Amino acid sequence: MSDVEEAVTRAHHGEWARVVAALTRRFGDLDIAEEAAAEAFATAVERWPADGVPPNPGAWLTTTATRKAIDRIRRENKRDDKQKEARMLDDALPEPLGAIDDDRLRLIFTCCHPALAMETRVALTLRMVGGLTMPEIARAFLVAESTMGQRITRAKAKIKAARIPYRVPSAADLPARVSGVLAVLFLVFNEGYLATGPGTDPVRHDLTAEAIRLTRLIRALLPDDGEVTGLLALMLLVEARRSARVSAGGELVALDEQDRGAWDAELIAEGHRLVRERLAAAAAGVAPGRYQILAAINAVHTSARDIRDTDWAQIRALYDQLVRVDPSPMSALNRAIAVAELDGPEVALAAVDRLEDKLAGYHAYHATRADLLRRLGRSGQARAAYDKAIDLAGNTAETASLTRRRDRLR
Amino acid sequence: MQYLVSVIDDKTHPGSTDRQPAISAFNERLIAEGYWVFAGGLADTDAATVVDNRGEQAVFSDGPFVESKEYLAGVWVWEAPDLDVALELATEASKVCDRKIEVRPFR
Repeated sequence: MSDVEEAVTRAHHGEWARVVAALTRRFGDLDIAEEAAAEAFATAVERWPADGVPPNPGAWLTTTATRKAIDRIRRENKRDDKQKEARMLDDALPEPLGAIDDDRLRLIFTCCHPALAMETRVALTLRMVGGLTMPEIARAFLVAESTMGQRITRAKAKIKAARIPYRVPSAADLPARVSGVLAVLFLVFNEGYLATGPGTDPVRHDLTAEAIRLTRLIRALLPDDGEVTGLLALMLLVEARRSARVSAGGELVALDEQDRGAWDAELIAEGHRLVRERLAAAAAGVAPGRYQILAAINAVHTSARDIRDTDWAQIRALYDQLVRVDPSPMSALNRAIAVAELDGPEVALAAVDRLEDKLAGYHAYHATRADLLRRLGRSGQARAAYDKAIDLAGNTAETASLTRRRDRLR
Repeated sequence: MQYLVSVIDDKTHPGSTDRQPAISAFNERLIAEGYWVFAGGLADTDAATVVDNRGEQAVFSDGPFVESKEYLAGVWVWEAPDLDVALELATEASKVCDRKIEVRPFR
């Protein structure tokens, strides 16, 4: 990649949301903001190789995008409300930097508004905040580009017609609204980490990287929110194991079989630092939420140089805490895995079997059962459970790993 | 910005029938705080008649335009600065009426 191409890519990652956010505030219209931002980046691709990369790419892009937007409004609003046009156009061009971070936060809260369907929030966030193109988002979620285009168009129309406000929620609404934003980002991350679909790579690094980048952005904007920090730490500690997670043969490698030397030490160090930061807050009496506890569990896993050094008692204690905060059957299932290490597979199996009503349609339930049954030497039942898990799993690497374990049964 | 706020009743699982005093109090508040434009409860869907005069002659049919388990039981029109304000009021309205509430902006 040439220096200029690299500068454009870097600017796209760093400045896209800023440009869209600043223009949305100025013009009050997501469509205008998005199109003008896209035009400004296209102009950068043309001009920077000849003119050189400007000293402040963000300011250059915002100014260029603002001019493009004004041109467009002039073209379209020839006979329209002159007063409104004048108000938009009279604003001084560059905005003071202080207000801009606020803009990005507003943009994120608008895209993750609870009045939009979850899948729409995900798509809109990737487009408006992440700057992914429509084909990229469509590919990420395995839907036709036209379907994704319609989804985003409808969302923008609803935002305009129903007047979804472009603002940061009030202090009273903030925690609930932030949790919605984090849910969107975690969904993006998980789809990247355990990608579904027969034709996709088992791990979509583009999506995990995007989720981490956006979570970093939220953390920069809301540094005091413990769950934001918790989610970032969780993603980093999971991402750190990415390259050890799929074998050369395209098979998912379980935690106990992973080459720990292949883990990314830098990401682990950063994740541990964030977890310690939250532990200090918890010691001061701030109760940790779901993401912080999940991050702490992953910190324990990544602290062990060898699977045999894993502090399972601590992991179980953290799962106990998780089950109190998030009493979902998934939390209980994961807790049972720690129980198996401490109290043996028989005790764990009894706990897992109690979850059948709620998790029978979920591959992880059957995969966990299969492994426990295998360890207990109940091969016939283990085989049946592996079969069910293989039927339900959507990730190619996971299917391969389950199949191998099934076929190894005697 | 005006919003049509619909109260949705459910024939198979109707809500409680003693809500009138609470709704009146809620209406007083809507008026006092400047959100209230209009409100009205509707008679049962059995009382509805659909008129279709798109053809050669008008056709009258007995009953609502769509038969469904859920139906419109009443409406408000609210004046609110944005959807967040309307949704906050609707959240309260749903509790007060013990019914589902649809919020839909006027064009």
